Amino acid sequence: MIEPGPDPHLSPVWIDVGQVLQRTVTSLYSHLVTRPTGRAVRLAIETQLQSAGERSLSLIDLSEVVVIDFSCADEVVAKLLESAHASPRHEAYFVFGGVHEPHRDQIETVLERRGLAAVAETDQHVFALLGSVSEAEERMWRALEQRGAVSEDEIGAVLPDGNAVQLLIERRLALRSPRSGSLHALSRLVRRAT
Amino acid sequence: MNVLPVPTSLDYQTVDAFFDQVALAKEGRALFDARHLRWVDPNGMVGLLVAGTVAGRRGALPRLELPESSDVHGYLSRMAFFEAAKGVFDFDAPVRRGAAKGASDVLLEITPIVANADVHQVVDRVQSKAGAILSSRLGYPATAVVQFSVILSEICQNIVEHAEAPGWVAAQAYNWARRLGRYVVVISVMDVGRGFRGSLHDEHSARYGDRWADTTALEAAFLHGITRFPDSGRGQGIQQIRKQVRRWDGAITIRSGTARIGQVPEWDDTPPLTDGMQPFPGAQISIILPAKAEP
Repeated sequence: MIEPGPDPHLSPVWIDVGQVLQRTVTSLYSHLVTRPTGRAVRLAIETQLQSAGERSLSLIDLSEVVVIDFSCADEVVAKLLESAHASPRHEAYFVFGGVHEPHRDQIETVLERRGLAAVAETDQHVFALLGSVSEAEERMWRALEQRGAVSEDEIGAVLPDGNAVQLLIERRLALRSPRSGSLHALSRLVRRAT
Repeated sequence: MNVLPVPTSLDYQTVDAFFDQVALAKEGRALFDARHLRWVDPNGMVGLLVAGTVAGRRGALPRLELPESSDVHGYLSRMAFFEAAKGVFDFDAPVRRGAAKGASDVLLEITPIVANADVHQVVDRVQSKAGAILSSRLGYPATAVVQFSVILSEICQNIVEHAEAPGWVAAQAYNWARRLGRYVVVISVMDVGRGFRGSLHDEHSARYGDRWADTTALEAAFLHGITRFPDSGRGQGIQQIRKQVRRWDGAITIRSGTARIGQVPEWDDTPPLTDGMQPFPGAQISIILPAKAEP
């Protein structure tokens, strides 16, 4: 379950990849391996997101996945981000949940290979920026992560590297509210109810 | 009938010479004489299936004379060799000689790889039993079983995506007491397909011109991650396998055609690149992962 975050009034969508895998491909497969499997899972997620409106925030939850190989990580994480960023009609934000140590290398590798980055929950309530990011982006992202949200008036003072902040917004690693202009850490917008 | 003597020891060190011998065999039905086989590892067993398949393409189903050693017999049985050999060799049904001795360190019995479903099956099997062996024999952390599964998944997918022919995979743990003073896991993945040169030829041979050969194709894929797919996300399987094998201080070699390339640690004296072997179809991959060294 997901608790909707405050300001931008997005209702985050929780997608349990383990369930998608069993529902989409076959209940016999319990691991996220092979490229066709990853492709089928990604297409199922994309179909689910088609009805999400102009703007969406999704928690792609990998916590029930035991094994994810590089081919599936490329399909389910990297290509999902790439195709979402390329869409002119839909503004999609993603947080990848359940990215525990055995998954991390595969996901980081495929993101770096395509020059992408993503916000991931690497342990309970611990979030990290994975993939291809500059030091400045990482610094600004951490500052935002600590605060959770920064109002429009405060952005310059709290997040002084304007270029890096702009890149975080463009790369959809942070969300700027179109109403208030405030900046939000994606991690705060996709909190799971306990 | 062409008689092909199987060496007394058929493993990662002797299998290439065995393939050369098979490559040089004359047309016509072959007889693989394995009666004197005393030692065989996953490379030897899977290699025997590959050799039989290649020989079978030249004539009738080859004949296999089974090993006389009951230990070897029991081991082949435990590794599901006889099931895999049906359709590859003509052989007399092995006589059951009681349960094989000793605790089994089989991580993965010989498993045919033809489709993606087979890769799922490999990962399922490994997940269910490899963890205990990897931690007890190699001293790897509990999470290593996931990385181990990822290696097997990526390497088996190479067969499905590139070989255009069937292959097999097997893995087993051994105590290399004399050779290394440690346990090792030996993984073998082989196919009888078009090999690296064949897979990369259409997209990449032109830029190499006269230099295009098995060696350059292996270097392109193994060292530079080049693949026949234009997608930038492709070609990372072998690169990531190399990275993980290096982390575990392991060795990986790939033979394809006349050449073999490898990433070898200090404890292994296999040359990193060998050329001039006899042309042999497909790709034959060997991975050896040693136990963590005592501090």
